[in-house]
Amino acid sequence: MTNSNQTLSTAEKVNQSLQKRYRAEKRFRAYGISAIAFGLLCLVVLFTDIISKGHSAFLQTYIKLEITFDPVEMGLDDPTDARQLAMADFDSLIRNALKEQFPEASDRRDRRALYAVVSNGAAFKLREQLKADPELLNQTVPVWMLADDDIDTYVKNREDAQGETFAGRISEKQMGWVNTLIENDQVESRFNTTFFTSGDSREPEQAGILGALMGSLLTLLVTILLSFPIGVAAAVYLEEYAPQNKFTDFIEVNINNLAAVPSIIFGLLGLAIFIGFFEMQRSLPLVGGLVLTLMTLPTIIISSRAAIKAVPPSVRDAALGLGASKMQMVLHHVLPLAMPGMLTGAIIGFAQALGETAPLLMIGMVAFVVDVPGAITDPATALPVQIFLWSDSPERAFVERTSAAIMVLLAFLISMNTLAIWLRRRLERRW
Amino acid sequence: MQAVNTPIQENEKLNANTNEAERKPSGAEQMNDSAAKVGKTVGKPFAKHPKMTMRNVDVFYGDKQAIHDVSLDIGKNEVVAMIGPSGCGKSTFLRCLNRMNDTIEICKVSGEIKLEELDVYHPKQDVVPLRARVGIVFQKPNPFPKSIYDNVAYGPRIHGLVERKTDLDEIVENSLRRASLWEEVKDRLHAPGTGLSGGQQQRLCIARTIAVSPEVILMDEPCSALDPIATAKIEELITELSEKFTIAIVTHSMQQAARVSHRTAYFHMGKLVEVNDTKRVFTNPEHELTEAYITGRFG
Repeated sequence: MTNSNQTLSTAEKVNQSLQKRYRAEKRFRAYGISAIAFGLLCLVVLFTDIISKGHSAFLQTYIKLEITFDPVEMGLDDPTDARQLAMADFDSLIRNALKEQFPEASDRRDRRALYAVVSNGAAFKLREQLKADPELLNQTVPVWMLADDDIDTYVKNREDAQGETFAGRISEKQMGWVNTLIENDQVESRFNTTFFTSGDSREPEQAGILGALMGSLLTLLVTILLSFPIGVAAAVYLEEYAPQNKFTDFIEVNINNLAAVPSIIFGLLGLAIFIGFFEMQRSLPLVGGLVLTLMTLPTIIISSRAAIKAVPPSVRDAALGLGASKMQMVLHHVLPLAMPGMLTGAIIGFAQALGETAPLLMIGMVAFVVDVPGAITDPATALPVQIFLWSDSPERAFVERTSAAIMVLLAFLISMNTLAIWLRRRLERRW
Repeated sequence: MQAVNTPIQENEKLNANTNEAERKPSGAEQMNDSAAKVGKTVGKPFAKHPKMTMRNVDVFYGDKQAIHDVSLDIGKNEVVAMIGPSGCGKSTFLRCLNRMNDTIEICKVSGEIKLEELDVYHPKQDVVPLRARVGIVFQKPNPFPKSIYDNVAYGPRIHGLVERKTDLDEIVENSLRRASLWEEVKDRLHAPGTGLSGGQQQRLCIARTIAVSPEVILMDEPCSALDPIATAKIEELITELSEKFTIAIVTHSMQQAARVSHRTAYFHMGKLVEVNDTKRVFTNPEHELTEAYITGRFG
């Protein structure tokens, strides 16, 4: 063997090892493909799960009842008087309508079960309707009203794949009434606008994502406005101006360490500083934004520094050689060239901030907030916290809403990233 | 070449006494012990009408000394070539002349460098006006990733040299013309400067430098990344530019030094060995190290 090896020419030896090399090459490629395939599979499973569970949340069951706006029953004689309108008893109208249609429910328990078919928020809708059209007084009109969440769940699942009848939490009698309503075409599934137009609620059928969405938006706005300029300024100083000494090294080590600190620690820090020391209120997007700023700063600083470092030194030399001051060099050449890279880092930071829950729990953004926040100083919750809250709720209807909220969060994330990528492309094209 | 005969002839008298300083000793040339042979600079380091004067310049990178006690003049409208083996410090020296070495934190310069009466390394001297007077062209063409127009207009813009757009247009056109690039790019002034060929890019960089109307242009191996045709164009350009500007050029190509320069300075391991009229250096060098280098025995 040794002999024959010695007699082989280089070309023959290369040919011998060629097969082995090709096999190794193929294996190497297969590893990459399988890694990507695994990633895609996970993504598909995730999306299928979320969408299959959550798609039904975008539909909501409505029940049509013949409502008589009876002034005596409501205790109201002038529908234009705001005070009377506020005091009026609209619930009784719904009760009467239900009683009239299902007279067989006579005892107290049955009646209560019957009234529970319609959402307890339906009365507010009647008030709005009467307020908008005072002529309705004394008239009998058909009104579509939100069904209770248990009824909604039953209607959506009543004929599932196994052919079994799904009852959920509703009783036999309620089931009978609902079936009667369905037969009379008094039940309808519509697009769930409530989900996108209202804040949180204890009643799933009245709960919406808008409050959390606005909360996240405001929080993120504070984070973006603070962390990007501060992060870029810090990165520019450290890269372009800071003298290379122990102190700079110390700062660098600390920034790198901060990037690895668990986010809940930042929440505690925010609790101690912003709420404890500066005595800001709890649950504010402002405080949430500040905390998330602290959290995203290291990421942005590190990626911005990398982007600034990647700007070729020849460009700096060219600018300096022409007599540009350091600031002109940075503003005219380094920052524009580094901007796409800095944006990439910022996107990662903001995406992280958008999905962050733990630090927000610490500063009270886990509160039950019904009103949709309109400013950074309104109490609010955030999308991931809302998901956390709903996933913890016992009502079955919250399961689908949790998945729907996840979809909203993902959509938010994707649109934010798309915007950032578009921005980056645009900046790149300028050069 | 005709125009610059006068300063050189005048230099003869000025440098006459230094000629005697050292004659070449005979013996084998070895790179290793050559450092010992570098004594005082021989030839004619001084000029009658100096634009830039350097006296006893030492440059340190941290503890390492890169330039040892170099004294040299660059005369008005003169082209001085600096040659020498790699790492001999010629680029370092060139970059001292407009303080480009400031960007290197560990670099320390001592001695005296003057641009006419201006003390280049005076602690209170701002580099911005200095670099407006002493421009530099780098080894690798480095146009900004902007349009051709913006590249040339950048210097005048940041120094506030013009107020009206038409004046700026004029500066851009003149600079491009003087860099003999105008005819090639006049129809695409707003195309990116990075889209040009290597030689065109380097001429763009020269145009960018002369747009500020500096008095001195430093060139750090401006042709080393270019093909022979582009090199020829740049060399032609240097000869033309020397009518208006004072030029110091570092080059690896001895032919280039011979073609474009009036005087040639030979650097060796951080020391200035010999400065003489270019013709003299390449035909009858005074110092044995210079002879060894130009005859290709090392370098």
